[in-house]
Amino acid sequence: MEPQFKAIADHAVLVTFAKDVSEEAHNSVIALDNAIAADTPVGVIETVPALVNLLVSFDPIMTDHITIEEHIRKCLNGLKTKVITGVQRHIQVCYEASFAPDLGAVASATGLSKDAVINAHLAGDYHVLMYGFSPGYAYLSGVAEQIQVPRKPAPVRDVPAGSVIIAGPQCLITTLTMPTGWSIIGRSPNAIFTGDPTHPFLFDVGDNVTFERIDLATFESSNRKIDHG
Amino acid sequence: MADAVFSVSFAGPLVTVQDAGRPGNMRYGVSASGPMDRLAYDAANAALGNPQGSTAIEISLGGLMLQCKEGAVTLAITGGDFVVEHGTQKTSSWTVLTISKGERIAIRAGRAGSWAYLAFAGCVVSKDWLQSQATHSTSGFGGGAVQAGHSLTISDATICDDRLGEIVQPDFTSDGPIRIVTGPQDHHFSEGATERLVTETYQVTDAYDRMGMRLSGPLLELDGALSIPSEPIVRGSIQVSGDGVPTVLLADHQTTGGYPKIATVISCDTDRLAQFRAGQSLRFTSISSPQAIDDVRTFLTQKTQYLRDISVPRGSLAQRLMRENLIHGCVFD
Repeated sequence: MEPQFKAIADHAVLVTFAKDVSEEAHNSVIALDNAIAADTPVGVIETVPALVNLLVSFDPIMTDHITIEEHIRKCLNGLKTKVITGVQRHIQVCYEASFAPDLGAVASATGLSKDAVINAHLAGDYHVLMYGFSPGYAYLSGVAEQIQVPRKPAPVRDVPAGSVIIAGPQCLITTLTMPTGWSIIGRSPNAIFTGDPTHPFLFDVGDNVTFERIDLATFESSNRKIDHG
Repeated sequence: MADAVFSVSFAGPLVTVQDAGRPGNMRYGVSASGPMDRLAYDAANAALGNPQGSTAIEISLGGLMLQCKEGAVTLAITGGDFVVEHGTQKTSSWTVLTISKGERIAIRAGRAGSWAYLAFAGCVVSKDWLQSQATHSTSGFGGGAVQAGHSLTISDATICDDRLGEIVQPDFTSDGPIRIVTGPQDHHFSEGATERLVTETYQVTDAYDRMGMRLSGPLLELDGALSIPSEPIVRGSIQVSGDGVPTVLLADHQTTGGYPKIATVISCDTDRLAQFRAGQSLRFTSISSPQAIDDVRTFLTQKTQYLRDISVPRGSLAQRLMRENLIHGCVFD
């Protein structure tokens, strides 16, 4: 499919690469996002990458849809989607029972042992697709097929920040105490909000993520480090 | 310059600290936040001669009561038609007054509007997040909610006698239908849905907060049960859930979502719409995207001129009487 352009109100252009989610479409989104970051037209405020499209928002005093669309077309002509390599990020996960209330349910739903679920989760090759829902909620693709479970019929309230949750092919590390209908299988001491003003969020869209299993003692010492800055 | 300190005697829900917001973080799931009515917020700062983007308090229909515990400061109140009680004096919003130690001020919902702005001649002392004090209501990050029992400190509090009195209200905002540009998924709706959106009347429901405003009215049926890949959302997006009910997303919107969006409200009308109340009726009108740019540019040009006009100090009472007398050539008997 040729990239499609849609004018959004007076202040954005939405570029769509495909109707359905695919790795190819997402790579095009990231490639265009990088191209615009490298050569940002006057008046652009921000770009927002998602699964199959990129939003380019602008100041209507300084530019307009037509100028932005022309610039994007120029970027698309020189786009190289094959060279996309995100940064590799390592995330620690503690699968201790008190942090993983749904591990048993995922195990029985998939016919695996709890350890097999954990190992399947650790074996996944994860990729940051986009942020959404709440600040710092990064959607990772790559949950192994044998542990893909649907969302719960009703969300559970007050799920603590740092929870590692899965639904279908996606995995997420929560950043706030929030409700979720996803299955909670562990907790990470690694903060997505880094506290570093130059790089406030741990992941960028396009990064790759691997999980490392830690025990409770390691979790608590890592968590203490965060608490004390 | 000294501090002015207030204790919060009462604050309704959704009374928050806001500055101009934190654009540029949508890619990390963070909407810009900032005031629901950016014109009224800018006017409150302009009327005090504050730099644009200075931190202020956004007041919901629940209202706000403050008592000054220390110092004194001049403040401005704009926004919807709210009632302002200062000691025994009762005025309406769009006013500048000075409050001193021991005095109370109450700002309550009046006849119209959903949000009022309280700006101070000084700096609101507040937490920031990602270089902004704007409160992101669902996470509570930024300056945060203003709640009863809190204390509110204004540093470098100033008294500006030459700014007291009524603030001239903007007269250039449209009172016509809310302007929208259709799309990006208008093609996913049943025939007639877009037509219905711009010909029928909709009502604001009480499912209305800083994230969005659900509307009631004729349903906008999707063309089959449709699910689109989650995509970016903007302030003003009109997303339609599976039951055909439209919701206009506002300052603290989610940054991505999978509901189809039939249209987007243009930026200046997003702020005007935010002042509507539950039960109030509204109509939409569809314009082209070039027209949207033209309309918003006209609005922003008028807004800049207006803010410049109201930021000029009017002088002391004596100076003002003098000037009025000279201009009108009449003398008080």
